[in-house]
Amino acid sequence: MTAKQSSWLVLAAVFANTAVADEMRLNLTQGVTDISANVYSLHMIIFYICCVIAVLVFGVMFWSMLHHRKSKGVTPANFHESTKVEIIWTAIPFIILIGMAIPATTTLIAMEDTSDADLTVQVTGSQWKWHYKYFDHELEFYSLLATAPEQIANQREKSDNYLLEVDRPLVIPTGQKVRFLITSDDVIHSWWVPEFAVKKDANPGFINEAWTRVNEPGIYRGQCAELCGKDHGFMPIVVIAKSPADFKVWVEEQEELARIAKEEEQKLLAMNMSYDELMTVGEKSYITNCAACHQVNGEGIPGVFPALKGSKIALEDMNAHIDIVVNGKPGTAMQGYGKQLGLKDLAAIITYERNAWGNDTGDVVQASQVYAYLNGQ
Amino acid sequence: MSSVENTAVDHHDDHEHHGAPKGIMRWLLTTNHKDIGTLYLLFSLLMFFIGGAMAMVIRAELFQPGLQVVEPDFFNQMTTVHGLIMVFGAVMPAFVGLANWMIPMMIGAPDMALPRMNNWSFWILPFAFLILLMSLFMEGGGPNFGWTFYAPLSTTYSNDSTAFFVFSVHIMGISSIMGAINVIVTIFNLRAPGMTFMKMPLFVWTWLITAFLLIAVMPVLAGAVTMVLTDKYFATSFFDAAGGGDPVMFQHIFWFFGHPEVYIMILPAFGIISQIVPTFSRKKLFGYASMVYATASIAILSFVVWAHHMFTTGMPVAAELFFMYFTMLISVPTGVKVFNWVATMWRGAMTFEVPMMFSIAFIVLFTIGGLSGLMLAITPADFQYHDTYFVVAHFHYVLVTGAIFSIMAAAYYWLPKWTGNMFDEGLAKLHFWLSLISVNVLFFPMHFVGLAGMPRRIPDYATQFADFNAIISIGGFAFGLSQLLFVAVVYKCIKGGEKATDQVWEGAEGLEWEIPSPAPYHTFETPPKIK
Repeated sequence: MTAKQSSWLVLAAVFANTAVADEMRLNLTQGVTDISANVYSLHMIIFYICCVIAVLVFGVMFWSMLHHRKSKGVTPANFHESTKVEIIWTAIPFIILIGMAIPATTTLIAMEDTSDADLTVQVTGSQWKWHYKYFDHELEFYSLLATAPEQIANQREKSDNYLLEVDRPLVIPTGQKVRFLITSDDVIHSWWVPEFAVKKDANPGFINEAWTRVNEPGIYRGQCAELCGKDHGFMPIVVIAKSPADFKVWVEEQEELARIAKEEEQKLLAMNMSYDELMTVGEKSYITNCAACHQVNGEGIPGVFPALKGSKIALEDMNAHIDIVVNGKPGTAMQGYGKQLGLKDLAAIITYERNAWGNDTGDVVQASQVYAYLNGQ
Repeated sequence: MSSVENTAVDHHDDHEHHGAPKGIMRWLLTTNHKDIGTLYLLFSLLMFFIGGAMAMVIRAELFQPGLQVVEPDFFNQMTTVHGLIMVFGAVMPAFVGLANWMIPMMIGAPDMALPRMNNWSFWILPFAFLILLMSLFMEGGGPNFGWTFYAPLSTTYSNDSTAFFVFSVHIMGISSIMGAINVIVTIFNLRAPGMTFMKMPLFVWTWLITAFLLIAVMPVLAGAVTMVLTDKYFATSFFDAAGGGDPVMFQHIFWFFGHPEVYIMILPAFGIISQIVPTFSRKKLFGYASMVYATASIAILSFVVWAHHMFTTGMPVAAELFFMYFTMLISVPTGVKVFNWVATMWRGAMTFEVPMMFSIAFIVLFTIGGLSGLMLAITPADFQYHDTYFVVAHFHYVLVTGAIFSIMAAAYYWLPKWTGNMFDEGLAKLHFWLSLISVNVLFFPMHFVGLAGMPRRIPDYATQFADFNAIISIGGFAFGLSQLLFVAVVYKCIKGGEKATDQVWEGAEGLEWEIPSPAPYHTFETPPKIK
């Protein structure tokens, strides 16, 4: 079996090295981890087994179709059963399957062993973005699709990484065992990076584990793999693997940036932004964060996502408006944005919603008001 | 045999047995298995085109990257309703229609055992699909959570059409259960004297086993949709962790139905191929008994493999191993069936009429789908394949070139018996070749885009997948258009054509070939004697 298996592996390697498989992306990726390479060879072994079975079965069938046709003047044979033959063609596939099950079991057990991780990242899916939180570091952020809507609407040329680019990629170190704790805030999503051979569902209310150890620094792209609603096709995953030294530098930078942002926010509390500035920031933030459901024109999708244009929330009690934006509405698709966005963006979005599309309340919401609300006035 | 028949015909002329009544009431009130079979078959053909039209919308949107034709939410409604209609509206009713027509004629029974229930199980179906289709026009649109309707996308996060979806699935389920009961009761009680179980034609056997599967799992589906209904509208928390439930439990329940359902859609196909291949090989089916045992093994194993649809949900590794081993195991009896068909052809005297052409295409293409299924069973590899176009390719090979091709084969095989006329062979061959080529242009490249990493159920994709998707869409449109030829062949065959003999096909054996063509309105009112 081992000799046979290794010959399969050689065949697999030959196939992998042909330019065709690489350039045209006809085949599964070998990936950049030991596990993904194992998965790739399992894939190739079973693929070749299937090819051999197909050639044998179809070969016999087509030979028979060519030679055992009535037009050749043959008379049909009379045989119609043979216990011996039935046992043989039950037993042989069974033995092949056992041969296949052994390496599959070994790989599977290795894939599911999440112990002794060097770094843990919590991955949380929500409609339609990913959130990454590093354990052991003061670092967490959302990762959203970065492809411009104009590209999707065919109004602008599509970029090289169309639909596979995000504003803030996940960064992990190479050569270390990174454990992912995967969950969801709303519906089921699935976190998939083909080059790592990691695909794990993000189930709301439960935490799944997966792990990877990346051998090569680089940028690796994946997508949500479980239907999660309207924009399921628009929540990509980008992971950058950096050497441990570069990773350390990156973490420190990010922690510093987060600290500065917090300071800026505190300063903001003492200032008042102008109506025009709030509206400009608000429009941009609204389009990034809100327009997927409520639409750019604020009219929502009747029967699915409520309109904001002329709505009670946007026209009446301002605190109720702040509340729903900050805390969301449990039991619906409306998420709480208090943790996702900075005070400035929250204030700007609320101001924008109260004044855009002819809502014209003239209300201005400042960061300090949102802050006061967040801290339980 | 024909003398028995003539007395039967005289019999119903003399007495209050009517021939076929006229007009719409014939079809509304009919309890005749042949009429009901025809209704089922025509209904499934209509649904095949409606579901197909939705597939065309999907393929039009996916023809190029970017959003051109429909909005993502409507795209999701199309994938959902396409799946539901093809599974519950096209494939299943087609098999029930064939069962209605053929089972009584194959076992020498005068009709189905429960003819009034038979009428009802058909006539509730159009309402089920009307409800489902009308929900597409509601404010907020129709069901958009995939035909697998995973919670909580189908509960907390679904639109208001969900209640209609649930009601419609309930009706489909009731119809299927009644159909299945009818098949079982008929086969158990109405076999002609001397027709022992091990003498039954394979189509009857596979349908008997299918009917048991239906009775076992349709109530599970009914339970799943009911829990979705109460979770959404009545504040229960079966699938909501916040209330102590579990969204993954939904998937366990759904696939406990869903996996046997897969075999519900393929076992009757095995039966059909086992009828057709011996006829055109002019040789008895090889390994009849092993075919029966293999079918039964597949049916039993189908109850213990459901979680292979759920390898990425985060099951314990022991459960993953269990489901991997049993899924691999199921390929053994399936392989036995393919080997038996090939052995039946071996040293036969074959001719290649249209039913045989579709059957051979079935054997090759279904086997390709079966082999990709074996690949999907390997759990570590499944992590890469799961929810990609590789899976879409796999199940369309087994359902389109498997189930649908077998239905086409069956229709061409028995059409002369039903109508009394031979079909236009040239047109039918054109239908076959166009279907065969286009279906492979449609589904084969899906393996490649899937392996390259394209997820399923997305309305837009990365530019690297663009070339293949354009080819796939062209194949899709060609396959869709080719099916219009089938309608033309059937229409022409009903209208007229060369008269069919009683036996129709030179090598055909079985009770259905001993009665006149077209089959009289009432057959086997006096049971035949089986040697």
